[in-house]
Amino acid sequence: MRTGRLAVALTAAAMLALAGCSSGGDSGDESTGESSADVTGGASGTVRIGIKFDQPGLGFQDGDEYTGFDVDVAKYVAGKLGYSEDQIEWVQAPSAQRENLLQTGQVDMIFATYSITDKRKEVVSFAGPYFVAGQDLLVAADDDSIKGPEDLEGKNLCSVTGSTSAQRIKDEYAAGTNLLEQPGYAECVTALTAGTVDAVTTDDIILAGLAAVPANKGKVKVVGNPFSEENYGVGLPKDTDKCQDINDAITAMIDDGTWQELLDKNVGASGYKANADLNPPTPAACG
Amino acid sequence: MDDGYLSQYLSLFDEFDVAAAFWVNIQLTFFAGVLALVGGTILAIMRISPVPSLRWAGSTYVTLLRNTPLTIIIVFCVLGLWGQLGITLSTNFQTNFFRLAVVGLAAYHAAFVCEALRSGVNTVPVGQAEAARAIGLGFWPAARLVILPQAFRGSIAPLGNVLIALTKNSTVAAAGSVAEASGLMRTMIEFRPDVSLAIFLTFAAGFTVIVVPIGLATTALSRRLAVAR
Amino acid sequence: MSDSVLFDAPGPRARRRMRWVNAVAAVAVAGIGAVVLVRLGAKGQLESQLWTPFLTGDAWTNFLLPGLRYTLRAAGISIVTAGIFGIVFGLGRLSASRAVRTVSGAVVEFFRAVPVLLMMIFFYLGLGHLHLVDPTDLPLVAVVLGLTLYNGSVFAELVRSGVHGLPRGQREAALAVGLRRSQSLRIVEVPQALIAMLPALASQLVVILKDTALGYIITYPDLLDAARRLGSANGNILQALLVAAGIFIVINYALTRFAGLLAGRVGRRTAGRARAEAPTLVVATRDS
Repeated sequence: MRTGRLAVALTAAAMLALAGCSSGGDSGDESTGESSADVTGGASGTVRIGIKFDQPGLGFQDGDEYTGFDVDVAKYVAGKLGYSEDQIEWVQAPSAQRENLLQTGQVDMIFATYSITDKRKEVVSFAGPYFVAGQDLLVAADDDSIKGPEDLEGKNLCSVTGSTSAQRIKDEYAAGTNLLEQPGYAECVTALTAGTVDAVTTDDIILAGLAAVPANKGKVKVVGNPFSEENYGVGLPKDTDKCQDINDAITAMIDDGTWQELLDKNVGASGYKANADLNPPTPAACG
Repeated sequence: MDDGYLSQYLSLFDEFDVAAAFWVNIQLTFFAGVLALVGGTILAIMRISPVPSLRWAGSTYVTLLRNTPLTIIIVFCVLGLWGQLGITLSTNFQTNFFRLAVVGLAAYHAAFVCEALRSGVNTVPVGQAEAARAIGLGFWPAARLVILPQAFRGSIAPLGNVLIALTKNSTVAAAGSVAEASGLMRTMIEFRPDVSLAIFLTFAAGFTVIVVPIGLATTALSRRLAVAR
Repeated sequence: MSDSVLFDAPGPRARRRMRWVNAVAAVAVAGIGAVVLVRLGAKGQLESQLWTPFLTGDAWTNFLLPGLRYTLRAAGISIVTAGIFGIVFGLGRLSASRAVRTVSGAVVEFFRAVPVLLMMIFFYLGLGHLHLVDPTDLPLVAVVLGLTLYNGSVFAELVRSGVHGLPRGQREAALAVGLRRSQSLRIVEVPQALIAMLPALASQLVVILKDTALGYIITYPDLLDAARRLGSANGNILQALLVAAGIFIVINYALTRFAGLLAGRVGRRTAGRARAEAPTLVVATRDS
């Protein structure tokens, strides 16, 4: 009797646990390409590339494949390094984890709107840049009153929580800007199309990707007056020997017209034009 | 913890206003608590009323709100109530979000307040109502003089737990563009990862200082007011 | 039910009055719903192309179901680890040693008081900087740690209140037949407390499931995160969040019903009451 009760209790507890576990499954990894596998480098026949999964037009999970400018550039560069597309393993690289992923060898390279900065160079290496973005504004398609950050005085601006780009506008351009912080840019665009905010801010190419989403087409536009300079590089582990090869691949991509083609394909639908003075960029010397 | 660590940690307080962030959480908790108490009482009355449509509306509300993650509710208050339905609660931009977050927190916790009050009503033995009627009291006098006073005392402990939950859940208001403690902690850790443990402990201690007295007070109150049966 | 406490069986006049109130209330409730729908419609939020994406296989096989799997995985692991944490510290709080009791009590009270979101953010950023954990596993580890420490503390309280809720005679009888205090705990009291805990444990599962949704703030690809990605692609984030909320509601509602059933089933099997309404259980309301 005594043991009977204990058995009932433990079985029920175990069943609860199992119900949680078995449905948790063990196959989640494959579906997103996010894996803790111990593959460490290209030598074994695959290359692990970090991208964003949640930015339409740049790095985005579209069904069971990945699309966007960063993804296409990564495919091209990987191709030049001798990897076919099915040798690429895509890994999600959220902004806060990019250095960490490189330092611990979880990824071989990162193409994820990764701006080259001196601070980051202390811990990781960069090839490229392969694109020069700038902070810009996304506004309603019929709004001609906002031409730059100075026009935001008294207007409502949306940005993601914890991003410094909105604060920069308040500090440097228009202190009277009303700031809405949302968990993601998609929420910001929803607020913009609903007319409750007047502008969304972050890097222009990210905004262009959002504007190119079919559901947003014709409703929003990128202002096209970037007011900062973000050099998107290829993030690499420190002391890599691949930097020069990647730079050569980027140069080749720009020279043979593929770069322009990929840009148009991914963000062209929004009518966005990359800053022509700075694009296409020349990769910086490795070192 | 050597001297350098300590002084670096202390220097953070010149740069970030931790107390102000906590004050936001306390305000959120206070206003949402009052609203949730009012809303939850109305819901509880609906749920125990003899009117079927009100009972149905009350229990549907509780089922829906109680089982939805709070983050979704808060985001909906901003994007739905304000963004789509155009409901503005203040002409000041930031105050508007604060109030929307209060509405979201209150809407969510009202469902739990309702359940706490209902459980209080359930602690009243049927004999009490029968005795009240037997001595000639009608519905309202019986409810006011006999049942509700006992029900209220019986629900103090669960109401206290709801209040504690609300205090901690006020951190989720960060999803609704309200600058409060959890957001500040995140910024501080990203800014100074080397003292992240001390930063976390500071905020954790802040919540402990707020939450533990609430728990002690409501436990003591419910014991003191407990109906001897 | 409370109805029987508050109301006599209504007479003919009361019944007529109730029919009126019922109709008015129904119209009022339906009216509020209609106003909201009309205003949403005016904003174009009801257009079919915003809703049809959820009818495609792609939305489910590539976004919602994988997201749900991540949610259930984090919840499943947390249930097990929180259960272990709860039993260890619950027994700690019942220990004969004052020092063990004090330490266990402090740990439990501390983690019950700290918001889960705060813990998740801390582990995500803190462990990330220490490079202790594989970065790809980091969000999962942070979510599980946060859920474990908080819910484990709730479980510990459940174990304690479960044992305290037993009639004193159980322990007295155990000691009388010559068991030591620890034996009495292990063989007589905790097994009964565990049974008494079951319904509360199942309700806590609802809390854990809902709390995994906080994981999206630290990039854990749970159901909410998957819904947001899906919504970003189709420009229908509001609809996507609504669908995610619907899935959460269905699962949690089923779990709550299951907990209620379980409470009725096993309630008769212990000397103590199965305490579905144990004071600490209401902690189940904590955190989204």
